[in-house]
Amino acid sequence: MPGSEFVMETKVPVGVALRGGTLAFGDKVIFESLDLDIPAGRTTCLLGPSGVGKSSLLRMIADISPEAAANRLVSSDGGAIEGRIAYMDQRDLLLPWLSVLDNVTLGARLRGAAPDRQRAQALLAKVGLAGESKSLPAALSGGMRQRAALARTLMEDRAIVLMDEPFSSLDALTRLRLQDLAAALLAGRTVLLVTHDPLEALRLGHRILVMRGSPARIASVLEPDGLPPRPADDPNLHGLAAAILAELAG
Amino acid sequence: MTEPITDTMTNKMQSITRGLVSFAILIAAWQALVWGTGVEFFILPGPWLVLHALIANLELVSRHAAITLLEIVLGLLCGCSLGMVSAISLSWFPKVRRWLLPLLVVAQAIPVFALAPVLVLWLGYGLASKVMMASLIIFFPVTTAFLDGLRRTELGWLDLARTMTAGQAGSGRWAALRHIRIPAALPALASGLRVAAAVAPIGAVVGEWVGSSAGLGYLMLHANGRMQIDLLFAALFVLAAMAVTIFFSIDWLLRRLLPWQPDSLPNE
Repeated sequence: MPGSEFVMETKVPVGVALRGGTLAFGDKVIFESLDLDIPAGRTTCLLGPSGVGKSSLLRMIADISPEAAANRLVSSDGGAIEGRIAYMDQRDLLLPWLSVLDNVTLGARLRGAAPDRQRAQALLAKVGLAGESKSLPAALSGGMRQRAALARTLMEDRAIVLMDEPFSSLDALTRLRLQDLAAALLAGRTVLLVTHDPLEALRLGHRILVMRGSPARIASVLEPDGLPPRPADDPNLHGLAAAILAELAG
Repeated sequence: MTEPITDTMTNKMQSITRGLVSFAILIAAWQALVWGTGVEFFILPGPWLVLHALIANLELVSRHAAITLLEIVLGLLCGCSLGMVSAISLSWFPKVRRWLLPLLVVAQAIPVFALAPVLVLWLGYGLASKVMMASLIIFFPVTTAFLDGLRRTELGWLDLARTMTAGQAGSGRWAALRHIRIPAALPALASGLRVAAAVAPIGAVVGEWVGSSAGLGYLMLHANGRMQIDLLFAALFVLAAMAVTIFFSIDWLLRRLLPWQPDSLPNE
């Protein structure tokens, strides 16, 4: 990937571990005493049926859940987790009044820093939006908006990236292309990707955690052969996807 | 690209034509009413008489219109600024909001017109009492509309801002207010400003009716007392034209300033 050294600053990978994570909404316990390991520099995919609590778990790690009081996070290097996380939602969350470029540099402005427009332009070129930096989000297609959101996530240049079903609202072809793009641009970072699509998890994850039950628990851990992004037409992946679906259904 | 520009121009021409046709129909109906009922000119003068009175008293009407316009513009500036500052303060300080918001709603239940004599007593017959009157009438719709917008910020944007400012010294809350909450609330504020533009002339004229020595409201009362009904209608016509111009100017300006919030109503 030419020029990637310019847009991707080197970050020492840092792993995250959750110990005894507990979350309840009123009387309903989503999960309790949950242990989760997110290894440094690798992509961990969290799979599970809708409503199992995987997005809540991700929000707890991102510290944006109001119920995150029971959060017990430790980093592999012993440093604080706070300020080392970038978050990408299933909605693009682009601010409609800002241009694509201003959306990508939002983080710097929120922190009162001068935005690095040159780097933002380079990142937009990486995600194929070089000509759209002045466009408003409303002028973009769903796939383009999500690519802008990916550029904004990368612009944060954080060691840990949390992604909550980032490609779920896209059509199949756009989703495959964005999966490849994300895998290339996020290589070497610590990524936790929540998805309900077994094939997506199998394409992108070094490690796949299947979450199910009530209260939810990590029911199984899978480490497929090969490196992500794995080809979508790999028959082995489809076999594994069928097995995961059967597990989720069971 | 030429097609959309042509479409926009055609739409504008159609809009202007519709306005002119509506105006012509209104004038024709007015003349028909005068002719049909045979009403005396000192009860309802016809449009021609009113136009004649307007031309004959153009200097007088213009002088008073300029004062009313100044009252409206100053009232809009003061009322809108106060409303915006109040909404931001109420959104920033939850305790103040809990105490002041119910008080604000109760205060709004008092008819502002009933306060006009008191304002004239306190602030005198000059500009200040009319500006205050217009400000008071504007303040509430602007405050409530803007506060409503500030309260309904997309939570996903705020969550994103929180992850971006986590671990930073200083207030992420202020950054989120400045860069997310306030811009996101601008369409709601625009609704409040449109209401303000529509009611500001009412405030100024009511103030003039209660006690003044200048302005279109004063001119109307004065003409009424002297049975110069054609002049009264001429002043009323200028006031209406002024109010409509102010409203559409503000509406146009707001549409230009908020291009990311297009009108989603069908233009059929």
